[in-house]
Amino acid sequence: MVVETLKDDVQAVIARWKDREGNLIMILHDIQDRYGYVPREAALEVSRQSDMPLARIYEVLTFYNYFKLEAPGKFNISVCLGTACYLKGAAALIAEIRHVLRVEEGQTTKDGLFHLQIVRCLGCCGLAPVITVDEKVYSAVKRSDVVGIIAEHSKGLEAN
Amino acid sequence: MSTVIRVKANINGFPVEVDHGTTILEAAQKVQVKIPTLCKHADLAPSAGCGICIVKAKGNRKMLRACCTPIEEGMDIVTHDPDIVQTRRTVLELILSNHPTDCLVCGRNNDCELQKICAEFGIRDDRFERLLPNIPVDKSTGTIILEPKKCIKCGRCIDVCQNMQDVWALSFIDRGFETRISPAGDIKLAESPCVRCGQCSAHCPTGAICENDETQKVWSMLQDPANHCVVQIAPAVRVAVGEGFGYPVGTNLTKKLYALLRRLGFEAVFDTNFGADLTIMEEGTEFVERFVHKKGPLPLITSCCPAWVDYLEKYYGDMISLFSSAKSPHEMVGAMAKTYYAQKKNIDPAKIKVISIMPCTAKKYEITRAKEMASSGFQDVDVSLTTRELIRMIKQAGIDFKKLPDEDADLMLGDYAGAGTIFGATGGVMEAALRTAYFAITNENLQDVNFTAVRGLQGVKETTVNVKGTEVKIAVAHGLKNVKFVMDKVREAVLNNQPVPYHFIEVMACPGGCVGGGGQPYMVNDEIRKQRAKGLYDEDAGLERRCSHENPYVQQLYREFLEKPLSHKAHELLHTTYKSRPLYTK
Repeated sequence: MVVETLKDDVQAVIARWKDREGNLIMILHDIQDRYGYVPREAALEVSRQSDMPLARIYEVLTFYNYFKLEAPGKFNISVCLGTACYLKGAAALIAEIRHVLRVEEGQTTKDGLFHLQIVRCLGCCGLAPVITVDEKVYSAVKRSDVVGIIAEHSKGLEAN
Repeated sequence: MSTVIRVKANINGFPVEVDHGTTILEAAQKVQVKIPTLCKHADLAPSAGCGICIVKAKGNRKMLRACCTPIEEGMDIVTHDPDIVQTRRTVLELILSNHPTDCLVCGRNNDCELQKICAEFGIRDDRFERLLPNIPVDKSTGTIILEPKKCIKCGRCIDVCQNMQDVWALSFIDRGFETRISPAGDIKLAESPCVRCGQCSAHCPTGAICENDETQKVWSMLQDPANHCVVQIAPAVRVAVGEGFGYPVGTNLTKKLYALLRRLGFEAVFDTNFGADLTIMEEGTEFVERFVHKKGPLPLITSCCPAWVDYLEKYYGDMISLFSSAKSPHEMVGAMAKTYYAQKKNIDPAKIKVISIMPCTAKKYEITRAKEMASSGFQDVDVSLTTRELIRMIKQAGIDFKKLPDEDADLMLGDYAGAGTIFGATGGVMEAALRTAYFAITNENLQDVNFTAVRGLQGVKETTVNVKGTEVKIAVAHGLKNVKFVMDKVREAVLNNQPVPYHFIEVMACPGGCVGGGGQPYMVNDEIRKQRAKGLYDEDAGLERRCSHENPYVQQLYREFLEKPLSHKAHELLHTTYKSRPLYTK
């Protein structure tokens, strides 16, 4: 991803937080709000402009689950791995999605369509195991349902 | 004036009195009690990462970590009881539950801190199920090999890379079980700011970071009858190799090493100290050209240290014009072996293989870092081994090293002055250069060749040398974190068009200089650095010739082959170029 305004965007974000101690997290939050994730180019630019080693930036980026290092997909698949979903077989759903889409947790498919993330408890344990695709909730999902759920979203898009 | 507050306490029933702020670990040493540690290293601040050093303080229900807890007035410490020992065992067993057990085929076999402590605690079985992270090995730098699955997360390498060396290639990324040592964003080490100094490998307690072992490559070269294998040893190797054979630290084994290397099968044994003398002729002349004849920018900065070269190219790309263009000593010996030596001995240079024994991992990178490293048409140096690899080769060869007789080097590229041997310690290159520069400027030899102001382990050494009324301002820095102080001063002066703060700067990337190099035997600390340096300075003091320009074989080389320092031929074979490089290539 190369955005022409990247340098200016980063400059504005750094200027916003420059007087605050421990401002790295705020800067990274702003960048993720702007792009939906923290692109490597942006992290490199923060490093250059704020004289902060890139290694330190990635220590923070990888420590907090909140930060995303990859562009979100057109559709975001979240699989709940909270206690109830875990006990009801969510691990098998993750395995199936990884198999079908050939992505790992936190990755986006090569065509940019699907991003897989694991989440902890969506607050509807009675529906376990739960998958959401963007805002749509699928409850009591079985392994054999996974292909259908994915097909439902990719239908019509592959032709493009 | 503040008075030091003293603290009185008891350790295992022994009274102890120490300065306020002393840790329990340090206080225990005063009463001959050794508390086991795994993450603590003498060079580094305690990180309290491993939990092996736990002790009890009477009246406190929690166990305390001795490495990072200051002893307090009236404390009653117990360092060893069955309960404590059992807890330490459990900590070790937990560490082992995430550590591979392929010790027999590990680069640290028999020289591993984790293995040693497990042996001491008599760990006999796996109490916990073994769970190993699946992280690929990184061999990208060709100098050090990163095997994160052997990492016990002690944090030493990170502290070394970020704070001691200010390189910031390595970091801990991710969290919990996923925590791993890695450059920013799981790229390869060669794509990061890593300068290959290898200090991480010298401080790693396990096999997670090892030098790239090339001993088998050298054995193969030695075995091939078509090859004419020659070898050279760096100054700092001779005072450290003995540690692998039980010699007192700092014992200078130069002449035994010559005998040894012949027995390993090398057809000629040269000495990098010769190359150091040659470097001084070129670099010293370069300094005189710039300082006296104003041909080129000042300050002149030394370039014998390949990790420093890499660091400057990456972090100070705007200042490469200040670098001496002289190649490092072992490259010079390599270039002369494949030209001058080849011609004199009538040997096809294509058949000559030059092997360097270095205290350094970065030298493995240097031998191919620029096209000038093969300016004779052949690569100056074919393989660069570390001291640690040489120690292994000696053991493999079944040679009783301690009983070897003394021998001499092949003097054509092996004789040296005292100036050459002190190259291995911080300040040594500067001192050697000053001895010859003084002669070049005044046409007189120094009455006293000792420049003690540039010796020793102080991070930055600044002094002014009087050369017959002209003041030469110099700075010496070692350990890359100390570079910033010196280089920022220079950069500020240049940017503001002010007179430069120094005329001549020496930098060595490793603390203590090459004696503390990343390829030297493990468990280095400042006392060991001092002893190794002493081995070099003592040799220098005892030599008849102390100055590089007095080396008769260097004089002969110029007479018969190179003409004079900075001649066209010298430039072609003994000099190199630099270029600004990005910190990250990915």
